[in-house]
Amino acid sequence: MQIDRRLIKNFDWVSFSIVLMLSIISIMTIFSTTRAVIPGEETSFYIRQIIWLIIGIAILFLIVSFDYIWLSRYAYPLYIIGILLLISVLIAGKVGMGAKRWLYLGFFSFQPSEFFRIIFVIFIARYFIGISENMGLYSLFSIFIIFVFIPLIMILKQPDLGTALMILIIFLSLSLIKGLQKKVVTFLLIVSIVSIPFIGNIVWDGLKDYQKNRLVAFIDPDIDPAGIGYHINQSKVAIGSGGFAGKGYMQGTQGPFRFLPEKHTDFIFAAFAEEWGFIGCFLLLLLYLAFILRGIDTAIKAKDEFGRLLAVGITFMFTVYIIINIGMTLGLMPVVGIPLPFMSYGGTALLSNFIAAGLLINVRTRRFELFY
Amino acid sequence: MDNTSRQRIIISAFIICGLFFFSVVKLWQLQIIQGSEYKKISIENMIRIIRSPAPRGIIYDRNGIPLVKNTPYFCALLMPEHLEKIDISTLAQILSMDSDDINYIIDKSSLSPFEPIKIKERLTFKEVASLEARRSDFPGLVISTEMSREYLYGNVGAHVIGYLGKLNQQQANDPEYKEVPQDAFIGQWGAEHLFDKTLRGSAGEKIIEIDALGREIRLLQEKAPVKGEDLNLSIDINVQKSTEDAFEGKAGAMVAMKPDTGEILALVSRPSFDPNIFAKGISFKEWLALNQDKKVPMLNRALQSQYPPGSTFKIITAIAALSEKVITPETKVTCTGGIKYGSWEFGCWKKGGHGTISFHRAIVESCDVYFYEAGKRVGIDKIAEYAKKLGLGSPTGLPLVKERPGLIPDTKWKYENKKQPWYLGETFHSSIGQGYVAATPIQMAQLMSIVANGGYIYKPTILKMEKPPEQVPSIGISQKILELVKSALYGAVSEGGGTGGAAKSSLISVGGKTGTAQVVGIKKSSSSLPEKYRDHAWFVAFAPVEKPEIALCVFVEHGGHGGGAAAPIAKRAIESLYKENKIKK
Repeated sequence: MQIDRRLIKNFDWVSFSIVLMLSIISIMTIFSTTRAVIPGEETSFYIRQIIWLIIGIAILFLIVSFDYIWLSRYAYPLYIIGILLLISVLIAGKVGMGAKRWLYLGFFSFQPSEFFRIIFVIFIARYFIGISENMGLYSLFSIFIIFVFIPLIMILKQPDLGTALMILIIFLSLSLIKGLQKKVVTFLLIVSIVSIPFIGNIVWDGLKDYQKNRLVAFIDPDIDPAGIGYHINQSKVAIGSGGFAGKGYMQGTQGPFRFLPEKHTDFIFAAFAEEWGFIGCFLLLLLYLAFILRGIDTAIKAKDEFGRLLAVGITFMFTVYIIINIGMTLGLMPVVGIPLPFMSYGGTALLSNFIAAGLLINVRTRRFELFY
Repeated sequence: MDNTSRQRIIISAFIICGLFFFSVVKLWQLQIIQGSEYKKISIENMIRIIRSPAPRGIIYDRNGIPLVKNTPYFCALLMPEHLEKIDISTLAQILSMDSDDINYIIDKSSLSPFEPIKIKERLTFKEVASLEARRSDFPGLVISTEMSREYLYGNVGAHVIGYLGKLNQQQANDPEYKEVPQDAFIGQWGAEHLFDKTLRGSAGEKIIEIDALGREIRLLQEKAPVKGEDLNLSIDINVQKSTEDAFEGKAGAMVAMKPDTGEILALVSRPSFDPNIFAKGISFKEWLALNQDKKVPMLNRALQSQYPPGSTFKIITAIAALSEKVITPETKVTCTGGIKYGSWEFGCWKKGGHGTISFHRAIVESCDVYFYEAGKRVGIDKIAEYAKKLGLGSPTGLPLVKERPGLIPDTKWKYENKKQPWYLGETFHSSIGQGYVAATPIQMAQLMSIVANGGYIYKPTILKMEKPPEQVPSIGISQKILELVKSALYGAVSEGGGTGGAAKSSLISVGGKTGTAQVVGIKKSSSSLPEKYRDHAWFVAFAPVEKPEIALCVFVEHGGHGGGAAAPIAKRAIESLYKENKIKK
């Protein structure tokens, strides 16, 4: 296979380096936070994560190697495959921790909704190309009903509140970027403000008990300090006790001593914060912000509209994940159970994030291709 | 790319930067502003302090005989994290408890999810065996060993040795007990209480790091418990025991001291209680029963019963009259069975009278009329002065319980308290230890000790002395007078017609004096009255007369005459000291 030299020259080494640095920080943190504190209690989370990382890097380069334009041609079939996967989860999914999110494929299990969010971004980006700017209310509503509502319901049914929320936010933010008529924006604002109490009730009634608890505990963690409030309290203790410079690598206790639940998955930021302190957190946030701003820059510089919408969609997706996850560990947002991109332990999430990052790098790498 | 789309994207970039800024502000708040606070919480999160009580010091009698021992026993504890997996009703069955009781204990102690809950103490071997056999059915069950106090002589000496109990609310807040583990037993009575700090030693402390499941991760600091110091009491358990046996069925008190040191050789208060029931953790019902018992076993009669000392008080009247030279040993008084004073008659206990009698025989036969005369000559204020010199009217200072002071009346006292002048008739009464005069058994024992040792006051103590105490200042009574009194007291026991004959011993020379405290005014033969109207019996004694090594006071509630009820007990106490083991210095 012949590799175009311009591809290597234009390859987005900055984004790739950031992703790699985050992944290495992730493995270090997973190693520290799952280390055995009681003799005989071995864990191998970090080894599995390293394996996933190697696969992830390989997939990233694979994604970069073909032109993303190709994806726009297959966006609809991809979407259908995505929907089929979601259906199969509902039918044959494996139940874990009260939710049916995983498909079990003999040697490994994966979470289709994790991949669906990327398919969804590709699909919406593709769909929006064919639409004139400044969508009216009618077209927005019909797209929502036909293409968003169905997967949303299926993901909620699993239930995977985090991903469902993500799909909705990606759809709305991409619509805003694409352009909505002013009166539509005004209308959406008014409707959402007026309907909050009503929708609030419907949504509240539709929530599972543990989801309700999370919301209640978010508002006042002391209501149930032993239950869900415990997550938030212990997360704050872990972050706060890190102080300015942190307790030092491998010196954190909240995670390995199990005071901090889900210390290597959803709450890995808190475990990181305990060991690296404000300085470490600040640098980590800078890395994430740099990655996001690079993504936005990629969107601006993209050579076509599909590339631009794709880059914006993926960047927003990462942004929402990062902001919600960190906000959750800081007690700024309710616990919705979504991972921190590139940091949280978990194979499916890591792979889908590497695919997403690959697409972003792909768009940037090919930003000049129009001219040859 | 069109400009509006580009603008929108750039606006979104600013919004994102704003959100990141927001997170940094929140991080600043948590880590910089509240950092130290959270650091404290994170340390408290994982530190547990486990206290282990130290073995208590052993209490010995003066001859090195142990009076208590520490016995290990088993306790059943449950780790709260495993509670859900445990079948409480089966556990209740094995421990012969009620499921509701176990659930109550669990509910009550759910304060900390990581502290083991004590379900039952003092498991029998059968219970331990059944639990061990079915260990897999009870995850989180811990069988621990604790130490309990066993009082080897049961209720003998209970008022001196004391007992242990759990910290009460007041003690829990007392800084004196801040090192004591919450669940520990501490001294609540007697020597166990007085010398608790010495006996309890210092509790061991383990600071461990634990994880969220309460599992020990590492030992950060360990301080081994230091066994409490042993204690040597001045008590001679043989004297104590034989005296208590002699009290069988009677209520009263006995205090025996070493006259040359103030060491208490025996201190009896009957009825008594068994300190072992306290060491087991007394139930509310048992506690109520003890406190409501009409015989008041919790009253330390040796220090808390005060009654007119009766004729034993004649020793004081005699010393006062001889010292003030209003009588001499040769002074004779004629007793015709009583004297007349105005319209009142003051009788002698001997209806026919003693005839003409001198000092020595007056003591030997306890002639009331002789001491009416002696009292009249010396006056109440002088009697009171000597009585106070000899330790009456104020506590002796033995801190076992709140001691009663007794009462020595004089003209000033009468005026202040009764707003009346003193009458001569009252001097007659006081001279023979009746009327307002009141004393406790320990005061009378101390009095006897002062007479026996030649006029020195040694503060009573229940601790064995390692070396003889420093010579205390003399109370300033002529040795000659004291010798006269002692010789008369010897006569009261050994001579014919002496009232203390029942104390006469073939083993050793004994001096003593009987006394009877009137309970009711009517003069009637005591033995014909119902017990509760009978007089209280006193007997004070010392031995051997030549060089006294023991001085004592016996008090028998409603015992009738001192000679009949109290003197034999005194004899038994003195003899046991010489029979079982010659007194050790």
